[in-house]
Amino acid sequence: MEQIIANGLYLGAQYALIALGLTLIFALMNVLNFAHGQMYVLGGFVTYTIYAQLGMPFVAGLLASAVTLAVVGAIVEKFLFRPVIKRSLREESTMLLAAGIAFFLDAVILLAFGEKQRGVPKIIHGVLNWDFRIIMPYDRILIGALAIAVIATFILYMQYSKTGRAMRALAQDRVAAQLMGVDVNRYSMIGFALGAMLAGIVGGLLVTITGVNLGMGGPTSIKAFMMVMIGGAGVISGAIVGGFILGMMESIGLTVLSQYGDITYLVIFVTLMVFLSFRPQGLMGKPWG
Amino acid sequence: MTTTRRLILKSAALAVALAVSIATGTSIAYAENEELKIGFVGVTSGPAAAWGISNVRSMQTRAEWLNEKGGVKIGDKTYNIEIVTFDDQKDPKRAIAGMEKMAQEGIHYVVGPNVDDGAAAVRPVAEQNGIMYFPYAFPKELYSAPASNAILGMVANYQSGPAIYKYLMDNKGVKTVAFVSANESDPLSQRDGGVQAAKALGLEVVSSSITYQVDTTDFTPVITPVVQLKPDLLVLSGVAPANAPQLIRSARELGFQGIISTETAQDATVLKEGAGELANGFISVGGASTPEIATDTMKEFVDRYTKMFGEYNDESNTKVYALEYILETLKANPAAIDDVKAFQTTMDTFEASNPYMKGDAKLKYVGMTSFGQKRQVSVPLVVNVYKDGKFETLFVASVD
Repeated sequence: MEQIIANGLYLGAQYALIALGLTLIFALMNVLNFAHGQMYVLGGFVTYTIYAQLGMPFVAGLLASAVTLAVVGAIVEKFLFRPVIKRSLREESTMLLAAGIAFFLDAVILLAFGEKQRGVPKIIHGVLNWDFRIIMPYDRILIGALAIAVIATFILYMQYSKTGRAMRALAQDRVAAQLMGVDVNRYSMIGFALGAMLAGIVGGLLVTITGVNLGMGGPTSIKAFMMVMIGGAGVISGAIVGGFILGMMESIGLTVLSQYGDITYLVIFVTLMVFLSFRPQGLMGKPWG
Repeated sequence: MTTTRRLILKSAALAVALAVSIATGTSIAYAENEELKIGFVGVTSGPAAAWGISNVRSMQTRAEWLNEKGGVKIGDKTYNIEIVTFDDQKDPKRAIAGMEKMAQEGIHYVVGPNVDDGAAAVRPVAEQNGIMYFPYAFPKELYSAPASNAILGMVANYQSGPAIYKYLMDNKGVKTVAFVSANESDPLSQRDGGVQAAKALGLEVVSSSITYQVDTTDFTPVITPVVQLKPDLLVLSGVAPANAPQLIRSARELGFQGIISTETAQDATVLKEGAGELANGFISVGGASTPEIATDTMKEFVDRYTKMFGEYNDESNTKVYALEYILETLKANPAAIDDVKAFQTTMDTFEASNPYMKGDAKLKYVGMTSFGQKRQVSVPLVVNVYKDGKFETLFVASVD
């Protein structure tokens, strides 16, 4: 049981961090960023290049991932989403654009980094073994702790910084925020860059554990959407709760249901469907959006 | 103004064309021979891209090498080889479209598809349009009569598995085994074949029900229940090269002390990066690249591949063979160039020396035991063990 909880908490921390960026972008711009998973993969490859290929410190790789994805996010918002949102009121326009960006990033990643699975040297060696009740490598513990630290920093930034307050105002009511003097374009770009940066950071963190490959993007986006739906679309705390719930469900399912074959995600999807039929806005979302 | 814009556009187009030409090496002049098109239909994008890309790159490397040497003499004509590729995205519907494209282009020899459902889906198109194809998929019905046009391009798990288990029973005292596979048709069928083979050899199968989603990235929760059973041997059935290091790493970090093996080809660099020294002792199936058995031709192939694409893929040790078989069989019977019936007739007696493997290894078609007809290329069954970033040959066997 202890092992299941430990696995669940670790998975939850990384999932929550993945979902945060997605929900932030949705909250600010009402955009479902289907390219979020690809941004995560790109972050992983940047850290791989800096840390494993160039032999620089891991922290440098992580910073490079954060900066690269922040720049990519800002460019994508300014030159792609902003004009489309300006010209089209149809939500599917931004969805198609996001899907297009996902395919584009997939192609760029294939060209730039190749088709192989990539991994980096362990950042810390050794395994915690608590009487065979909990076995957890130290690098997982470290990455889990770092993920929680990043989540906490993000919450504090959103809560107490001027930029965070402006973005929250934007998320609550775009028009009202504009009337109160909030520069909508500027903060939308910052928000998108921040969301993409979070994807880059989590990609950089997880490349040390799971490695990274071209095909991880799509499934990561799907999981992130699930977490956001569980917690409530556009709600920061909802994404965190959704991440931990999904992590725990996955850990319990993979252990308890393993003898019945690969039915964990079947059970999770059925549970999600039933849950959403009773509470379509998720745990913390509002029915009106 | 319009003229200026047109001029700029033309100049840009020329510059791009020149850059592409330089980048792809198409400016290299070859002898002006007739072209022989060989097709590829398989997956070169998405999560399983590595499988198809290693095929395509092997074919392109070999084709360019042959063209550089003046082409391939088949009968009284010399041909330059052109590789025509189609990405089926691991989707059977697209695989059919790809095979139809090959038929429209008049291509009679195609390498791929890479997975079971794609290989099964293209069968009617291939048989109706006179196309011989070389899938990397294991279902026996693809190669057994009345099926006629598919030729298995590698060693199947039901051929390599028993050899590996027997070796481990005899040499390492393995008595119990557990199987883990992705929840997908290829790995599941390989797992079932492995379980059957293990039981037939007298091994105790302690677990075979644990599977994982093909897009899993964290395998610790998946592998935990298996590790708790402490089998002597953990078989990763049909494991993709992308997943192998993570599975090995999770199992070892959870304290698994037994042997880990698979019946699929793996890549040493991927194992090194993903699992490091934890992958030491991992047993997999490979081609002929280990120093003990690789010829100078094989070494040159690896060099050329590396120069062309920046990095070699160990999966190509097996995938180098399909094009070689096609060309050597056509050389043996030039009438087969547009007549697959002639090709099929030649397959029964065809034999040529294996350019990639030391000793007296031969290129020949096999499969009588498994399929009742010769519908498999005779790739050496080289069982490798990974150690410190490289594969070492554990033993070499053959398939009849």
